[in-house]
Amino acid sequence: MPENQYHMPPKLASSFLRWFCKPSLVEDIEGDLMEDFNDHIETKGLRRARFIYFWSVIRFLQPFAIKKMSSSKFNTIMFRNYFKTSLRSIARNKLFSFINIFGLAVSMSVCLLMISILSEVKSYENFHEDASDIYRITNFYKYLEEESGLYASTSVIAGKRLKEEVPGIKSATIMRRNFRDDFVYENQKYALNGIWADEQFFNVFSFEVINGNPQTALLNPKSVVITDETALKIFDQLDVIGETIMKGDEPYQVTAVVKKPPFNSHIKFQILGSFSTLDEQQMQRNSTGWLGWSNMWMNYVYFKTDKGFSIGNIQASLDKISTDQNSREKYTNIQLGTQPILGIMTGPGMYNDLGSPMGSQTLWILGILSLVVILSAGFNYTNLSIARSLRRAKEVGIRKVVGAKKGQVFSQFIVEACLISILSLILAYVVFLLIKPLFLSLNPNMARILQLELTLTTAIYFVVFALVVGLMAGFLPSLVLSRLKAIQALKTSVSTKLFSSVNLRKALIVIQFTLTLGFIISANVAYNQFEHSMNFDKGFDSENILSVRLAGNDPEQVKTLFESIPEIEDISMAAMVLGTGERWGDYLKYKDPLDSTTIYYSSIDQNYIPMFKHEVIAGTNFEREHISGLHSEIIVNETILSRFSIGSPQEAIGEQIQVGTDKMTIIGVVKDFHYAPIDQPIECFGFIQKADDIQLLNLKVSSKNLPIAMDKLKAIWEDLDEVHAFDASFHSEEIARAYDTYELMFTIVTFLAFISVSIACLGLLGMSVYTAETRMKEISIRKVLGATESSLIQLLAKGFMLLLLIAAIIAIPATYYLFDTVILADQMNRISIGINEMGLGVLFIFIIGFLTISSQIWKAARANPSTTLRNE
Amino acid sequence: MKGTYLGEFQEVVLLTILVLNENAYGVSIQEEIERRTGRSVSRGALHTALTRLDEKGFISSEYGGATAERGGRRKRFYQVTNLGKSSLEEAKSLREDLWSSVPKVALQKVQG
Repeated sequence: MPENQYHMPPKLASSFLRWFCKPSLVEDIEGDLMEDFNDHIETKGLRRARFIYFWSVIRFLQPFAIKKMSSSKFNTIMFRNYFKTSLRSIARNKLFSFINIFGLAVSMSVCLLMISILSEVKSYENFHEDASDIYRITNFYKYLEEESGLYASTSVIAGKRLKEEVPGIKSATIMRRNFRDDFVYENQKYALNGIWADEQFFNVFSFEVINGNPQTALLNPKSVVITDETALKIFDQLDVIGETIMKGDEPYQVTAVVKKPPFNSHIKFQILGSFSTLDEQQMQRNSTGWLGWSNMWMNYVYFKTDKGFSIGNIQASLDKISTDQNSREKYTNIQLGTQPILGIMTGPGMYNDLGSPMGSQTLWILGILSLVVILSAGFNYTNLSIARSLRRAKEVGIRKVVGAKKGQVFSQFIVEACLISILSLILAYVVFLLIKPLFLSLNPNMARILQLELTLTTAIYFVVFALVVGLMAGFLPSLVLSRLKAIQALKTSVSTKLFSSVNLRKALIVIQFTLTLGFIISANVAYNQFEHSMNFDKGFDSENILSVRLAGNDPEQVKTLFESIPEIEDISMAAMVLGTGERWGDYLKYKDPLDSTTIYYSSIDQNYIPMFKHEVIAGTNFEREHISGLHSEIIVNETILSRFSIGSPQEAIGEQIQVGTDKMTIIGVVKDFHYAPIDQPIECFGFIQKADDIQLLNLKVSSKNLPIAMDKLKAIWEDLDEVHAFDASFHSEEIARAYDTYELMFTIVTFLAFISVSIACLGLLGMSVYTAETRMKEISIRKVLGATESSLIQLLAKGFMLLLLIAAIIAIPATYYLFDTVILADQMNRISIGINEMGLGVLFIFIIGFLTISSQIWKAARANPSTTLRNE
Repeated sequence: MKGTYLGEFQEVVLLTILVLNENAYGVSIQEEIERRTGRSVSRGALHTALTRLDEKGFISSEYGGATAERGGRRKRFYQVTNLGKSSLEEAKSLREDLWSSVPKVALQKVQG
């Protein structure tokens, strides 16, 4: 045996043994086990021997062998001591503590915001029973080689075939949006908004039913389920089963009352109509469109799978259905897909979504930004603590002499860091409460999908987060300090070892300022892009034009009433506010029946084009006095002419084109204008006259007496329509709203830039205070020898300014790259990023940085050498 | 009396240590017991017994030299102390006393 190489037993088991076993027994036991181990290798082989070793170690877990864990009393005493010294040290260094706590608190508040957003988004839909088994059907739609897109909506036939043919489905429900009307009960009108849903609705979703039988509630045609809120609004009580409300002239019976959908559901409704109502109507009419494969714009299918049934199998069945249905279509190709309901909030953007998902991209961006901010504050802590560790070196030395182990010193400083981070958390929560309402009001969408209420879970997350921040920020300083040797630490001279971390500190400062510069430059670019979009020549003039939503009232009637107000100079009708992104589209064909594209259009009257000062380059405006149901004439934009090579504008007049199923004659050509936000390309667009489409009146208001005009309009409206509120806004404001994203980006980035600048400067301040303090004697001696104050500032500030310069050199190209090729890359009409956008931010940081540094150094340089040099 | 009570297994261990004389350490004790009694003894059980005996003062131990087969760990050799020896004798005499008091008839094995 001695000639054999001895094998080592499993390390893990040995160290485990050493960890739990009494020191007096360890050697003996380990030796015995080792001997056994080597015997076993010979007799039973290595694997088996290792196993036996493991097993034997575990069998030693007996009371006699387990060492007395360092008693808890000892630990609390030590921790109480750490706690006390930490508090003292925090109290002694007020400036540094303030910088640390304040910086951490501000950036933590941003992270708290982020954490509550994340946990709230995560909580979406989890109230449904077996939420992880619920999916919805998505459609990937493609028409010829053009247009393709992912839709949350699907066709009725897809839902029906899913129910009939696909195995593994526990329940499935077909829904259709826009169950919306003014319902009448006892001559009172109630505007309600809801969805159509079939009888399986309550099997798939777990909305709480207060009254009525959920199984049958949506079975029969002309049934409605209302929420408790709606019930109280209409009937003033909840026990309303069997009551009828009128939708138009059709009575609907209330069959159940449910709780209002909770906040964290993307499906929101005030009322549910039975899907069979629609189904019956349409099937009786025998309309082919109803069950059309490409009729997929309004319907939704959600289903719950059988427990343990793989979604892959369901997808396979769906693929089969898609292939079958597509084979009957000429130009359309639709692929059915699935999306788990729990993934909707963080899922990819889809057209026709029922709710408004947050999108994983937004979450990522917000997450990364807050990470950057907290990193910056964490760097401050690390930096200042390492710099100041010289001061604590003596304390560490004494502790070590008295017998503190490395681990104990380490944990002492970690405790201190955690203490600081917990103190910051308290302050951060206050800041969080302050910025929460501001954040939610940034964008109407935010307030709709987020509440940001403190729950137990988020509270736990907060505390855990604070501790993690403390651990991370305190890790390096604790490591540096715990590694100090007692003898080194106690020597009066500055230990050389500590200075090895100088480079690290410099690197941290550079990173911090790089990030800060990035924020400032980004804020600048976002602001310029927003300004640029707002002042961009869109090709029409919308100044002083007020858009009033008709809400179903007769346009001519409202127009006549409004015309009586003297402040109103002109009135035109339109289907929508152009330039906001709202658009209606249809197919457009010219001579070749196979060559089709999408045309976007709006219905207008003859006053519209002059009012908005569109330039008619050929042909005429609509000439008829009143717009009628006839719509055989169209005014097109230049893009249509070039798309179909129709020729010059003059040649185009009188040509026939086909919009959807209607043949239309071109009577005019307008210059291309931005009917969509300017970051989108100009495609085919036409104006038509279709009376049914008219949704709003555009009023040209004289700029004087605006408030009076508004009051008059409101008064007239309220006489006319008691149900709907007066809904008017200036055209230009509505357009501005379309550029929300830029504004939002600008606001968020500016805010973060502000935080980041403050934190970075606080850090710089701390570092310069420290430098000034430690080099006090040097400064005084230089001064005695004849150095001027300005030369001293130059000497000391040089190092810091160099770091800022390096940061600028990194930040400028990085940010430029980020905006040029990532963020603004696929935008039309974007600004070019020039020296101005970049340079201003850099200049700003340099000035602030220089002021911060020199203020401290100046103080040191002005000090009287005799006072500083006196005691030595 | 409770403190000096000698369990059956502990008695076997003590005797084995005496049998092994100079060479009584963990592995050899275990092997010797297994060889003589034919029952397998787990390492944990043996060490439990050794610890108990040590607590009672029946055995003492000292470290020997480190050997390669133990991965550089020293052997811990056990010796029975005088207290241990007297307790063994006590146990033995107690037994002999009992044996001698047993009537011969009682020892006859019952048939069937």
